[in-house]
Amino acid sequence: MTAPSQQKLKVHGPVVVTGNRLSDGAVVYRGAIGWTARLSEASVVSNAQAAKDLLVLASKDDAAVGAYVAPVEINNGQIEPGNLRERIRLAGPTFDLPASFGI
Amino acid sequence: MYVYDDFDRTLVDERVNEFRDQVARRLSGELTEDEFKPLRLMNGVYLQLHAYMLRVAIPYGTLSSEQLRTLAHIARRYDRDYGHFTTRQNLQFNWIKLSDLPDVMADLAKAGLHGMQTSGNCVRNVTTDQWGGVAPDEIEDPRIWAEILRQHSTMHPEFTYLPRKFKIAITAAAHDRAAVRVHDIGLRLHKNGAGESGFEVVVGGGLGRTPFVGKTIKPFLPKRDLLSYVEAILRVYNQYGRRDNIYKARIKILVHEMGAEKFGAEVDAEWQNIKDGALAIDLAFIADIASRFRYPKYENLANEPPALTQVRSRNSRFDTWFRNSVTPHKQRGYAIVTLSLKPEGAPPGDATSEQMDAIASLADRYSFSEIRVAHEQNLVLPHVAQRDLPVLWEQLEKIGVATPNVGLVSDIIACPGLDYCSLANTRSIPVAQELTRRFKNLGTQRELGRLHINISGCINACGHHHVGHIGILGVEKNGQEFFQITLGGRADEKAELGCLLGPAVPYAEVADVIEDVVAAYVELRDQPNELFVDTVKRIGVEPFKERVYAAR
Repeated sequence: MTAPSQQKLKVHGPVVVTGNRLSDGAVVYRGAIGWTARLSEASVVSNAQAAKDLLVLASKDDAAVGAYVAPVEINNGQIEPGNLRERIRLAGPTFDLPASFGI
Repeated sequence: MYVYDDFDRTLVDERVNEFRDQVARRLSGELTEDEFKPLRLMNGVYLQLHAYMLRVAIPYGTLSSEQLRTLAHIARRYDRDYGHFTTRQNLQFNWIKLSDLPDVMADLAKAGLHGMQTSGNCVRNVTTDQWGGVAPDEIEDPRIWAEILRQHSTMHPEFTYLPRKFKIAITAAAHDRAAVRVHDIGLRLHKNGAGESGFEVVVGGGLGRTPFVGKTIKPFLPKRDLLSYVEAILRVYNQYGRRDNIYKARIKILVHEMGAEKFGAEVDAEWQNIKDGALAIDLAFIADIASRFRYPKYENLANEPPALTQVRSRNSRFDTWFRNSVTPHKQRGYAIVTLSLKPEGAPPGDATSEQMDAIASLADRYSFSEIRVAHEQNLVLPHVAQRDLPVLWEQLEKIGVATPNVGLVSDIIACPGLDYCSLANTRSIPVAQELTRRFKNLGTQRELGRLHINISGCINACGHHHVGHIGILGVEKNGQEFFQITLGGRADEKAELGCLLGPAVPYAEVADVIEDVVAAYVELRDQPNELFVDTVKRIGVEPFKERVYAAR
């Protein structure tokens, strides 16, 4: 599959810019004052030009890498991931990690 | 075990220092991501969904107990207390921090481990039969040749920037446990009519979005010519392989488009120029490499000692495990033991640091401190005295690696899938977990016989779905997870690609469909011991399709 960062930018609803923190790879989102680990603090835009502008700005900030535009949903004022991939990035794998299967 | 010399140790230590400097320059901003990415990839460091992932090379799947303890230490100290064994006999850590990676690599290097050439467009970790050196049906230890190729290809300046990654697998046994026919180069060591041993050379096999079973371009290659011939193949590939389209860059596409006969002729022409040069292998060199493999000093023991047979007769659970997970050894009185990393409901191929430590200790006590990694994502203790099997089994049970499902329907190969991988379309581990629950009855599994389910979360096919007896491929449709199912694939000496069963099914129905496929097999097999893959070969997929889709 083509990674989101390599796909043509299409915006059909609210989106955020996301990436991975340089030092540890943790999922981060582009907020008003820089990268944040909280989706609730992400800047949400709804058209391609605004998304592109946000992405360009984010890509200049080297604290995170692999920046791309990701869909979100706004439910009761809360920002939530817009697809399964983004839900997994935010919440982690959809199963218990192996340590819980251990001895 | 192969014993590294000062040259190997110096090379690995120098790489650690080099990478430490590269990471420091990246974190300080001196290197951009575009500059740093190829450098980290050369050391097996990927950026995945949640974190960096480090892939550690385990050459030909052979580990010492010390090395396994080191992997446990890395998991415990720097990751989330577990590691994931892969279909290429490697191990992946999924939660590594870039800032920790220099220290991780330094700790790995102390045990002779590294991540070199586990990524990038180079010759990757050379894989082989996990029973190399101990299998009764092999003509010699294939790991010696894997080691020769490892040394030749490590940091080879001509082959560091190939058109695409390059995977080599070797078998020396009648039964192919290394899937050599679906590798870029597959090598089958065998004897010719004169009783001399040499290699059948297969090229252009591979899975991914364009799967091919490899073609034989040299039925018998004398051992002395292995390096020169492999080099000739790599040169032809390097010259003609496509670099304009990543999806057409693997050697399989070149062999397919050029034709195996013409490709073989090109290789032969190149080979004539170099076959009698520096790459010709003499017997002394082979002996030198072989001498660095330390083989156990086996005791003179009898097969089937009373200590074993008595427990087998009075403990049916032990006997069940013995019949499933214990295999004859070439040395009388010894056995090969496969440790299942596929307990019910667990992610396939994962082992906790506690399990890795415990297995290392058991290897010290019962297997001459040696462990193997199987491409099916299980572990192996390769040198266990048969008299020790009952007590070993008790210990393996305690750490959860004695599920007697090796080679059965719940011994599932699965890629990390969308739960970890940035390339994946769908999840694969949860599908595998659900299937192990559906088929948790071991009696049923035994009645079904050998049945391999392989799952990939995208077309890149890291889960080898094309060659699963039942293959499951995740695809995305309108943002939803769907799965294509193929039947009849196999990766052994009769390698074949599976045939598509029918339309893709949604995530929620996959396990139901697989249960229906298996039920259809039970109905359609002509006798109880006809294996699933043989039934599909005999009757094709249509009878399965009729039964599975009729109810939907």
